[in-house]
Amino acid sequence: MTIGLIDTGCANLASVRFALERAGHDYVVAAGPNAAEDCDRLILPGVGAAAPAMAQLERSGWADVLRKDQRPLMGICLGMQLLFNRSAEGDVECLGLVDGMVEKLPATSGLVWPHMGWNTLDEVSDDEVLLGGIERGTHVYFVHGFYAPKAAYTRAATGYGAPISAVVRQGHVSGCQFHPERSAGAGAQILKNFAEMSA
Amino acid sequence: MLARRIVPCLDVKDGQVVKGVKFRNHEVVGDIEDLARRYADEGADELVFYDIAASARGETVAPEWVSAVAQVIDIPFCVAGGIRTVDDARARLFAGADKISVNSPALENPDLVDELAAEFGSQCVVVGIDSKVVDQAWVVHQYTGDPDKTRLAGRKTLEWISEVVDRGAGEIVLNCMDQDGVRDGYDIDQLQAARELCSTPLIASGGAGRMDHFKTVFNDANVDAALAASVFHKGLIGIGDLKAYLIDEGVSIRP
Repeated sequence: MTIGLIDTGCANLASVRFALERAGHDYVVAAGPNAAEDCDRLILPGVGAAAPAMAQLERSGWADVLRKDQRPLMGICLGMQLLFNRSAEGDVECLGLVDGMVEKLPATSGLVWPHMGWNTLDEVSDDEVLLGGIERGTHVYFVHGFYAPKAAYTRAATGYGAPISAVVRQGHVSGCQFHPERSAGAGAQILKNFAEMSA
Repeated sequence: MLARRIVPCLDVKDGQVVKGVKFRNHEVVGDIEDLARRYADEGADELVFYDIAASARGETVAPEWVSAVAQVIDIPFCVAGGIRTVDDARARLFAGADKISVNSPALENPDLVDELAAEFGSQCVVVGIDSKVVDQAWVVHQYTGDPDKTRLAGRKTLEWISEVVDRGAGEIVLNCMDQDGVRDGYDIDQLQAARELCSTPLIASGGAGRMDHFKTVFNDANVDAALAASVFHKGLIGIGDLKAYLIDEGVSIRP
């Protein structure tokens, strides 16, 4: 069991890599799809903006592969947002693997932008494999200014002005809006759940 | 509900964690990785590492220790000190830092804030501000890592906060120098004034001495996070005890 860690040239690959190493999960860093041929699951990390990240995925051939691939896939933060049909950040077409739109967090009175810090998972689906062992009310670390509204794909939600999808799933494709690699024990549990789920 | 963050700050000088009083007379308090791991284990929500001498000396943070820290902790951290260019920032973010913080270099070249935000997104870009009362006004100081080089930056604190937020800063650390290291409580007046106009997350720095100082700064100045150094390094306040106290007092805190 090996995780393919998709390298979009984004800054936070190191923290995801180190989190996998701390837990002893095997992974390879894959700038292009060929490098991940032997992997049975994929992580799409991401920091930065949607448009340059999508452009990089298209250039590297990853975008085409991900649109057809059936291996378990987990996007993290921006990587989760790229799974959707479209993002309002730069008004860019994304991978279309989760049926929905990413929108800008509304400027709500009394709340600062971006949403940054430890927030609670207020709703947690009992049957979501990524959330095994994670209780309602658990804090995880968010940093984002755009978000996926709560909808059919939502498996866990948090609140910051609007209800925000914290974990999403559509079939084999899943994502976390927060950073499991920076969410202490709860994040390590989620990465473990992904690494050990049946492919 | 979003939690208020408790943020130990580790001032780094010559590869060691140090702490001075009012920015002077630094004493070594320990090894970077050991302290980082200890604070993460005790429940710190985030860590900030300031290479306090780098900015004044024109040197940059060594990416080696950034990477070493990223390997041992599983909470977010920010690195600061002498980051002058987009490339300096990229090196630290690729090494595993979650955010970078600029202070004196942003005062030298305010466009740096715009460039960093455009390249990495505002969520990665923190602006640190050292502020002190001069002639009954809050004014920004520069090169505070070296007492011999510290000088006025020629800017009023509140105006500088507004400017850097407009330029794309995603978070502000306001260090109130008159309170720094004396453990007499945060500068509530100044932080309230900053909060009024700061539309991004605001971190209070300078003055933590007792647990109730944290409660006051969260409740009265409505800051997103409270940074402290000596009370944690010297063991005067345990992070676990502090969090239990704040939860009892009704503050939103990650247990």
